Amino acid sequence: MSKQNSINFVVTIIIALILSQFLPWWSVMVAGFVSALFFSLKKAAVFFVPFLAILLYWSVYAFIVSSVNDFTLAKKIAVLLPLGGNPYVLILVTGIIGGLAAGISALLGKQLSMLAGR
Amino acid sequence: MKYIKLITTLVLTLVVFYCLNTKLGSVPPIGKFLNPVSGVWQNDTNEDISGNVTIKGLLAPVTIHYDTQLIPHIFAENDTDLYKAQGYITAKHRLWQMEFQTHAAAGRLSEIIGNIAIDYDRSERRRGMAYGAEKALEKMQNDPEAIKFLEAYRDGVNSYIETLDEKTIPVEYKLLDYKPERWTIKKTALLLMYMTKMLAGGDDDLEYTNALRKFGKDRFDLLFPDFFDVNEPIIPKDTDWSFIDVALTPTPQSELPLDSIPETIEKPHPDNGSNNWAVSGAKSTTGNPILANDPHLGLNLPSIWFVMQLSTPEYNAMGATLPGALGIISGFNNHIAWGETNATRDVLDWYKIEFKDATRTQYKHDNQWKNTTVRIEEIKVKGAKTILDSVIYTHHGPVTYDHTFKSDNPKAGYAMKWVGHIGGNNQRPFLELNSAKNYNDYVNALKTYTAPAQNFVFASTEGDIALWIQGLFPNKWKGQGKFLMDGTNPEHDWQSYIPQAFNAHVKNPERGFVSSANQHPVDENYSFYVFNDGYETYRNRVINDFFRSKDKFSVDDFKALHNNNYNLKAAELLPTMLKSMDVTSLSSQEQEIFNEVKSWDFNNDIEKVGPSIWRAWWYKLYPMIWDEFDSDDEAMTSPFTYQTIYLLNNYPNDPFMDIVDTPEKETANDLFLLAFKAASKELIDWKSKNGDYNWQVYKATRVGHLLQGLPAFSRFDLPIGGDANIVNATSETHGPSWRMIVEMSSPPKALGIYPGGQSGNPGSQYYDNMIDDWAAGNYYKLNFMQNADASGNIMATQTLTPSN
Repeated sequence: MSKQNSINFVVTIIIALILSQFLPWWSVMVAGFVSALFFSLKKAAVFFVPFLAILLYWSVYAFIVSSVNDFTLAKKIAVLLPLGGNPYVLILVTGIIGGLAAGISALLGKQLSMLAGR
Repeated sequence: MKYIKLITTLVLTLVVFYCLNTKLGSVPPIGKFLNPVSGVWQNDTNEDISGNVTIKGLLAPVTIHYDTQLIPHIFAENDTDLYKAQGYITAKHRLWQMEFQTHAAAGRLSEIIGNIAIDYDRSERRRGMAYGAEKALEKMQNDPEAIKFLEAYRDGVNSYIETLDEKTIPVEYKLLDYKPERWTIKKTALLLMYMTKMLAGGDDDLEYTNALRKFGKDRFDLLFPDFFDVNEPIIPKDTDWSFIDVALTPTPQSELPLDSIPETIEKPHPDNGSNNWAVSGAKSTTGNPILANDPHLGLNLPSIWFVMQLSTPEYNAMGATLPGALGIISGFNNHIAWGETNATRDVLDWYKIEFKDATRTQYKHDNQWKNTTVRIEEIKVKGAKTILDSVIYTHHGPVTYDHTFKSDNPKAGYAMKWVGHIGGNNQRPFLELNSAKNYNDYVNALKTYTAPAQNFVFASTEGDIALWIQGLFPNKWKGQGKFLMDGTNPEHDWQSYIPQAFNAHVKNPERGFVSSANQHPVDENYSFYVFNDGYETYRNRVINDFFRSKDKFSVDDFKALHNNNYNLKAAELLPTMLKSMDVTSLSSQEQEIFNEVKSWDFNNDIEKVGPSIWRAWWYKLYPMIWDEFDSDDEAMTSPFTYQTIYLLNNYPNDPFMDIVDTPEKETANDLFLLAFKAASKELIDWKSKNGDYNWQVYKATRVGHLLQGLPAFSRFDLPIGGDANIVNATSETHGPSWRMIVEMSSPPKALGIYPGGQSGNPGSQYYDNMIDDWAAGNYYKLNFMQNADASGNIMATQTLTPSN
């Protein structure tokens, strides 16, 4: 992982962490977008670095919240969605959804930063 | 090129945002929903039930002890604080349910679940549910103290709602993507209407009218008699009614309209019912009266009941509450215990309305044209346009059926006359019961209660037992309201009501016990007209036989009776069926099934196959007998089970036994064989798909989430026996929704359990924690604390403190 990739990865998580305290779920889209504006990446990394950053952030967050309660509700939501009642699959899906949102908005950020000539 | 890429990524970003932020079909807005910071993950938590909470407008601090079943024990300094705390605590555990049930009552489900609920909502509007709630509030205005308590409860609920944010709102709101609205006193009135509809919103007048037209009066009377040949009424047969000095309304000379209607609105589930009973001190092993109650309602999560203890320096009550209503509904205090079963009286009638013209601004009554009024019902629909429905009102009530709804004549309609529209202060009687100290207090508490009429069982530490059948009942002429009536004829109107003191009741009967199980309230000697509009005929006989079987009864006997699985219905028909069968005509597989059911002991226990075979056989037999009632053009209802079995046993060659579609002339014996073969085929198929058909798996009792039984939030295949018409009245979806036994020692000792849990949050361990013990027939000792300093079995304590 290049230095720029690592910086983008960490910055995305930090921005998401801060913004999510007072913004709705799309704070992760803002995080992906902003870090792409300032820490421009190349090729697939533009999408995948923020994708993985938020996948990690949301999955770990979900795991921490739910594990103290023995995944009681997570197991039920994993029936509802339906994911075979497996809470770990639900955690992964949660991460992927967040990551996807962040990765896509990062693509937009990258295009804007190129337009600005960075 | 740069710009194309920019625009492409911009569009892509917006699309992803939209898709993850919007509810698509039944999929919740998935980004919002799965966001671990404020979405559904935040509901994956246990109960937060300790510490201090400040609440606006409290007069003094309120202490709440939670015991290990998450039952709150509320200790307040005065009534207003008590009901405020009840509102707050109930909302804390059951907010979504409270709002959903009152939305359902008001016909507002389309607002949250979209256009699939429009028909349901229109029915509720045309039933006049909100109209009835408004009438009730009008009556309650005459009782400023009750209004003050309703407002305190409302403020308590709203104090809780104010603490909620994106993160903490109940999971169902996140799933359906909406927000709770503020609680109002009208919502409490709507909840009471919800119960009135569930328990007193049934009738078959239009179906009976169709049957009368089709089969004639003699045949109708054979199929639907006012009294069955057996009757074990709630009020014992030898009761002296000579104190009643008001006459039965005389029957007018008039014709009934014999109109037909193809379809009627949904009726309450026939498995709604209940048991209650009490034995006197003389009939109790400990010398203290013992009382029991088990209302059989829909088995839902969150449960219809929420158990609480409500205490002030003046009184101390405990038992089951209805989220949305004040006080204890089925419970006890230091002096008395009480419980309800449904009184099942005909308090809903239909009138044919003749409009002057298609504008429907006037209708004929008493040879005059009288003005109608219109109530414009605005039905909001999630994701679609609001629907307006004009409901015409006459002095009878709302014109439910007209050419815009299940009927076709623009100049006629059918108006509903219902006790639910008269209004009444039906909150007050429960508040009075909560603080009642003796029989007189109990009688006074009940006096103003109008609907849904209930059989209120009573026992006191002073040693009295009693049962009043209380509600507002019209004094009908003989036959009034059994069929559609003539809305133009004033003699067809309800003429007067039975004076409250003449409602049927019994106190300390010689036999030493009182009981009710939704059976006929009285025998033919009662002074007023009461016809059989769906009275239960089996549970009551098993219960009363039990109490006649020996001299003294204990709490353990009560438990055994709650869990009694004896199938009297099967016992009264199966021997006839078995005897009639020509075994030689059966295949070997069929013979095997025949032998299985032959060796059955009539107990619907979970491991037995007999009950499954009996049910399969009966379910095939019943529609074969009543094929004459199949009709797409007319609403019909076929005769009650009891009368069906009576005819099979006594009139096996009646023309009704014939299957109309076959050239042969069938008799009861032919039907037994045909039904047996059809049932056997079904059972064999069932077995090849699902394995052994023992009663537990074949019946498959479930407790379904209120929201269309969402499987993820429901429980299935519970190991519990019984069935409808059995004392343990657990069918697939209905059953003992609360079981309570109270021994009237000082202070009383009580047991209670219900198929659910105290928390409404599917993420809580208390969401469904009582279900397994309930299914096994176990009970929890209710921790009836004598004061706020009580200790033992307390899991956490919370204090509500005034903020000013």
